[in-house]
Amino acid sequence: MVKNAVEIHDLHVVRGGRTVLEHLGVSIGGGVTGLLGPSGCGKSTLMRCLVGVQQVEAGSVTVFGEDAGSPGLRARVGYVTQAASVYDDLSVDENLRFFARVLGVGREHVDRVVDAVDLGDHRGQVVGRLSGGQRSRASLAVALLGEPDLLVLDEPTVGLDPVLREDLWALFHRLAERGAAVFVSSHVMDEAERCDRLLLMREGRIIADGTPGEIKEKAGAETVEGAFLAIVRRDAA
Amino acid sequence: MTPTTTLAVSGRVLTQIRRDRRTLAMLLVLPCLLITLLWWMFEDTPVFDEVGPALLAMFPFIVMFLVTSVTTLRERSGGTLERLLAMPMGKLDFLLGYGVAFGVIAAVQSVLAVALSVGLLGLDVQGPVWLLTVVAIVDAVLGTALGLFVSAFAQTEFQAVQFMPAIVIPQILLCGLFVPRDQLPTVLEWVSNVLPLSYAVDAMQTLTRTAETGDVWRDLAVVAGYAVAGLVLGAATLRRRTP
Repeated sequence: MVKNAVEIHDLHVVRGGRTVLEHLGVSIGGGVTGLLGPSGCGKSTLMRCLVGVQQVEAGSVTVFGEDAGSPGLRARVGYVTQAASVYDDLSVDENLRFFARVLGVGREHVDRVVDAVDLGDHRGQVVGRLSGGQRSRASLAVALLGEPDLLVLDEPTVGLDPVLREDLWALFHRLAERGAAVFVSSHVMDEAERCDRLLLMREGRIIADGTPGEIKEKAGAETVEGAFLAIVRRDAA
Repeated sequence: MTPTTTLAVSGRVLTQIRRDRRTLAMLLVLPCLLITLLWWMFEDTPVFDEVGPALLAMFPFIVMFLVTSVTTLRERSGGTLERLLAMPMGKLDFLLGYGVAFGVIAAVQSVLAVALSVGLLGLDVQGPVWLLTVVAIVDAVLGTALGLFVSAFAQTEFQAVQFMPAIVIPQILLCGLFVPRDQLPTVLEWVSNVLPLSYAVDAMQTLTRTAETGDVWRDLAVVAGYAVAGLVLGAATLRRRTP
């Protein structure tokens, strides 16, 4: 297990004149950490900070002891953006072979990730003709190519068939068992139960942090959704 | 910068273009059709010999400018650029990858256009014919470099296409095609002297007029210099961290 893969101190981000992250501090260790909150609460911005593609106003983000986005980290961090970032006019195989060459990993990894996301039957198909769920799995496969030590996944399970969603969460846990830190965002509260640790986020701040069980118990709620509501109401009071 | 990454980008761009059969056909056939049209218009006059070389310089520049500005804009807005920049990829790998891919296409395009002009349509060329192709390739890389640069200032594909009249048409007007450059009003002659397409057209015209290649290499060096400057400016617009 990785200990504190990510350390964030006093992170402040302003986008388009609006404060998106407010002096946020948190550390992320091994296992599957879920980032849950409504859309627009700053989840994607926080994820962009982890991979070092977000301009920040103040604060620090370190990944494995180095500044986020520094050259030494780029091969160790896998990142999946919310919109599938693959080439629509290339086949699944062509996309993966291209990104494998950029990452400097062998072709055998292409077979491995195709199996991992269950796209074996669609390898030769042009990505633009795949369904939304298949496209986002192709995008996820790219992030798995380099066997990253930190995996940053922005809403990877949106719009997927429940069976497939189950499979992907099992995959995230397998990756975490092998030692990777997996950081997954979602706005679907029922996915929270599948995380080893949960961060609840609202309006640019982390409002709860712990295992799903701890968070529910502390808030005195039956579900994570209930806990979220209870915490928001308590803070407002 | 690593050559394997650069070539990975070129290979990928070429595969994308190969997939898009219609674009590929237009890239290769359209210049030939337009040159033939011009030859037909000026049948039995010496005009084709004067204007033909300028056209051979203009096509690779215009086409590659357009194609590059739209494709790189797609990379910026589609998230693939962000993903690549979060990977171990140098900015120059990305830019040169595009430069090499479009250079290859320009080479094929200009071999066809030159073969047609010289072989079938009787364009008179005094200098070495292969050098016409070299000028066309460097010219295409210039178009690619400028296209990459302006794509940073466009938010939509509509805007990207509008940069073509802004950046390309003034160069066509002032390159010596309509009025010889030394007969332009003084200020416009100065302007024409700092526009790269003027040198590409000069090089092509020199090649058709004399077998002496000294001036051609000098003009070619100027065009190449602008292409390199364009790539450097383009690299400056590729930011790993965006707002």
